[in-house]
Amino acid sequence: MKEQELEPLRREILDAVTGAESREALEEARVSALGRKGRITNLMKTLGTLEADARRAAGAALNRLKDEVEAAIASAADRLLHSELERRLAAEKVDVTLPVETGGEGRVHPISQTIDELTAIFGEMGFKVAEGPHIETDFYNFTALNIPPEHPARQEQDTFYLPGEHGNRKVLRTHTSPVQIRTMLQEPPPIRIIVPGRTFRSDYDATHSPMFHQVEGLVIDRSTHMGHLKGCLIEFCRAFFEVDDLPVRFRPSYFPFTEPSAEVDIGCSRDGGGLKIGAGGDWLEILGSGMVHPKVLEVCGVDPAEYQGFAFGMGIERIAMLKYGIPDLRPFFDSDLRWLRHYGFLPLEVPSMVGGLQR
Amino acid sequence: MKITLGWLKTHLNTSAGLDEIVRALVMLGLEVESIEDRAKDLRAFTVARVVSAERHPDADRLKVCMVDTGKERVQVVCGAPNARTGMLGVFAPVGTVIPRTKLLLKETTIRGVASRGMLCSAYEMGISEDHEGIIDLPPRSKVGEPFASVLGLDDPVLDVKVTPNRADCLGVRGIARDLAAAGLGTLRALDATPVPGKFPEPKAVHLAGPDEAACPLFVSRLIRNVKNGESPGWLKARLEAIGLRPISALVDITNFLTFDIGRPLHVFDADKLAGDLAVRAARPGETMLALNGKSYELDSEVTVIADASGPQSLGGVIGGDATGCTAETKSVLIEAALFDPVRTAATGRRLGIQSDARYRFERGLDPEMVLPGTEIATRMILELCGGEASEISIAGGIPKWQRSYFFRPKRTFTLGGLEVPTGESRRILETLGFTLSTREGGFAVEPPSWRSDIVGEADLVEEVLRVHGYDHIPVMPLPRETPLPRPALSPAQKRAVVVRRALASRGLVEAVTFSFIAKAQAELFGGGDPSLTLVNPISADLDVMRPSILPSLVSAAQANADRGLTDAALFEVGPQYRDDTPEGQSTVAAGLRMGRTGPRHWRDGGRAVDALVAKADALAALAAAGAPVENLQVTTDAPHWYHPGRSASLRLGTAVLAHFGELHPRVAQALGAKATVAAFEVHLDAVPLPRAKAGKARPLLRLSPFQPVERDFAFVVDEDLPAEKLLRAARAVDKKLVSEVRLFDVYGGKGLPEGKKSLAIQVTLQPQDATLTEAALEGFSKKLVEQVSKATGGVLRS
Repeated sequence: MKEQELEPLRREILDAVTGAESREALEEARVSALGRKGRITNLMKTLGTLEADARRAAGAALNRLKDEVEAAIASAADRLLHSELERRLAAEKVDVTLPVETGGEGRVHPISQTIDELTAIFGEMGFKVAEGPHIETDFYNFTALNIPPEHPARQEQDTFYLPGEHGNRKVLRTHTSPVQIRTMLQEPPPIRIIVPGRTFRSDYDATHSPMFHQVEGLVIDRSTHMGHLKGCLIEFCRAFFEVDDLPVRFRPSYFPFTEPSAEVDIGCSRDGGGLKIGAGGDWLEILGSGMVHPKVLEVCGVDPAEYQGFAFGMGIERIAMLKYGIPDLRPFFDSDLRWLRHYGFLPLEVPSMVGGLQR
Repeated sequence: MKITLGWLKTHLNTSAGLDEIVRALVMLGLEVESIEDRAKDLRAFTVARVVSAERHPDADRLKVCMVDTGKERVQVVCGAPNARTGMLGVFAPVGTVIPRTKLLLKETTIRGVASRGMLCSAYEMGISEDHEGIIDLPPRSKVGEPFASVLGLDDPVLDVKVTPNRADCLGVRGIARDLAAAGLGTLRALDATPVPGKFPEPKAVHLAGPDEAACPLFVSRLIRNVKNGESPGWLKARLEAIGLRPISALVDITNFLTFDIGRPLHVFDADKLAGDLAVRAARPGETMLALNGKSYELDSEVTVIADASGPQSLGGVIGGDATGCTAETKSVLIEAALFDPVRTAATGRRLGIQSDARYRFERGLDPEMVLPGTEIATRMILELCGGEASEISIAGGIPKWQRSYFFRPKRTFTLGGLEVPTGESRRILETLGFTLSTREGGFAVEPPSWRSDIVGEADLVEEVLRVHGYDHIPVMPLPRETPLPRPALSPAQKRAVVVRRALASRGLVEAVTFSFIAKAQAELFGGGDPSLTLVNPISADLDVMRPSILPSLVSAAQANADRGLTDAALFEVGPQYRDDTPEGQSTVAAGLRMGRTGPRHWRDGGRAVDALVAKADALAALAAAGAPVENLQVTTDAPHWYHPGRSASLRLGTAVLAHFGELHPRVAQALGAKATVAAFEVHLDAVPLPRAKAGKARPLLRLSPFQPVERDFAFVVDEDLPAEKLLRAARAVDKKLVSEVRLFDVYGGKGLPEGKKSLAIQVTLQPQDATLTEAALEGFSKKLVEQVSKATGGVLRS
């Protein structure tokens, strides 16, 4: 058997293989060529009848044919698999415009977010967060802070009172400053704390809420002076409002528990009706500060001849309103889901100085 | 306090302009809250001469005036009865807007006569309520000039916010003194030359206060034969500019001096006073009709000036109507005194009287200004009302106010952060009226009589700094205590932060609600104790410190439902109050869901909330707080505000860490909730903190190389069997081998006997040493069925 003699057979088989349109047709072509009774198999069986030389030549030719056919079948099978997948994919579809489940619509309240921002900024300057009770005594809320009973600030009718015992009425703290006293009585200097928390005043109108939040700051050591007060608060204002060149102004003022005292303004512009924080022609008061009054130190058992430092305080809602453009105070406490979702923060927006206060 | 620039300049000799003065005031600590420049709005209105005023040919009440504006002659039709030939009036040309009415003035024809402008009344100019006729300017006024300057209206008015310590700046003079110290000019001398008395003061004054401090000094002087008329224009203009209504010369003089030198005075109509005067505590039952037209019931806390018939004035607060000065007053008794600041404040507060006198007395007045103030008042009265003055009568004396503090100039740097040359510190203090004497290492400094607020060296440092300028204090960074900051939050604080964000990430929205709620609501949650009830609540529904956060959240959820947001998921991490001690306040993470767990959606529309939804939230919060959630016991003993059958507590040993469940329907209804509320309260303070010294390393992870095997079992058990019991029993079969037991089906109903349910579990076995053999697996299964059946009374479901 010569190659030429096999050529018609080869042609026929390969045509059947490459022309197969289905797996069944391909299998049929395979069986008819290579099956037990296939045409190549049958020819193989006749080899024994040939002479040695002829057998060798014919065997080689048949084996080559068999290899070629097997390769053709494998490639035809691939081709069929591929076209089958194509057909299936052409039929498989999903409406990708369908709305998906959005998962949680949870939010963190702007007050909590602002407190976390304050913690991130002041934490970077070495402050720790301190806390204290909301129900206070006259001593911590007033007397120890150099506000004597007859002081006009104490007489303003804006303190909430609780009955207390034996005529020792209690008050809802009107500021976070009593925590200054509690901290100084508890731990020796150096002290560096901020105190964010709830405060209460008997005032309820468009710009006052009977409960609101303040953050207090206190630094006590041997050498901190007003230059440091300025440095610390300028850094804070610029970091919090995220305006690098924010002008910050210190004006003399008066608080019973600091001396000297300063009010702090930040630059803003009111051009075109809207308020914009930053360099501009105008000033906006945002916090009160000063060097801790020697009498306050004395009350806390801290020797004013040896130790000194500064304190400051500001309204958390106020700075949140300024930063985030929240127009009104009262909705902070209304728990209106529309407001909370609009002004609230995503749970993973965790403020940090190195990671940024904002996403 | 309101001042005008012109008024300021009567005390301050300065060439500084308005802007410079305002800037200086702000940086001195005298914040300027507003500047009102009335002349600006009135610039277009000028002085004009009425050349002729003839009757209108067709109207009796109208006049046709020819007006000389200085530039031209204009014909104006005018209805004012006082329009007359030769007078000087205020002319508004066509095209101007009238301040009061905001109307644009147009050329018009009135009854056939052309009118090209207007002669204005004080009412139309917005400077008074007087619309009887047009403004009649003084004859010296210059035609063509803006009329505002003629009437002194071009004097800008500054509203200065004076801090409570600066009683001395409640007079224009005090403000001028600060400006002089800041280098904006010099303080003019105050002329308080004594006026010689012509006769003895006839009224005896007895100081009979409850103590000496009530009224240490009372100065009086009689002036007889006065004529109390209207004040001159300049005085009325001053008072009107700062918002005071001129009354009569005598009263206006006292008001003027209150604001000019910060010295309140009172003037009695001496003829109405019966007998001697006594300064004493009021007697219970005494009443007085005050100058404000109101009658007050007095008590022994009130210091009064009384004559034979009773109280005629409340010391330092307000005068009495019966002895007040009127147009008929012929003899006036001037009173200048010192009253106790504390008592004055208490009186004003109790009687609800805010007066300019009280405002000053309660902040502490200059004890050395009583006599000069009397002399200045005397001179003004003699000048404006005539008459002759008696000698001055003095009861009591000036209390000692002199004191001295040591001032080390280096403190401006070590405390204030600013190096101020010693000479400059000295100059500043002396200009402010302090007296300095050199001592070793500094100065002995005596504050002036008007600065009762100065009580130590720190105050002196502030004086130097504020006058020298806070702007000059160099900015210093706060030095770091450690190269890297330490954590700002304590573990307990950190935990609250993490719990907050964990709950928000579960879809709950954080609310911040008031610490006080209505008593009725508090009582539903076991609160409402009298010790936690506010004495002076802002309103009846905010009167008790809350025993739980839930009432506020329920109200909020319902309020949202009323707005159409029926699926609420709210939480708050905040305080609740058990008693009024610091320990009684605890931090709780509370939350609730109402409606459905999620919005309607084509794939999975959420489901109605139930106790187990709240359990999931509670466990998530506890996990975030670091509680060992797998070791918690569920006990069915939640507080009474929960549904008795659909709630539980989560305990760690004896400590109750949380409650969850449906809110009791009665409680929910009382709070106004119209749907089921699934709520939880996690007591963060009860969750144990990680041991401080515990290492941060995790236990070594041991991964088994052997294939885990899963087997499913279903047991038919009594309907009321707690699932936890079955799960525990399954876990206990072989604690080493069983890595997980998962409940994957709960079924009751068809195919099961009455009162039974089927619980199906998937048990995962993780062999550690060798692959599980079929026999070992068989053995385990048999043991599990036995032990679970024994523990639960259930049988394997076939």
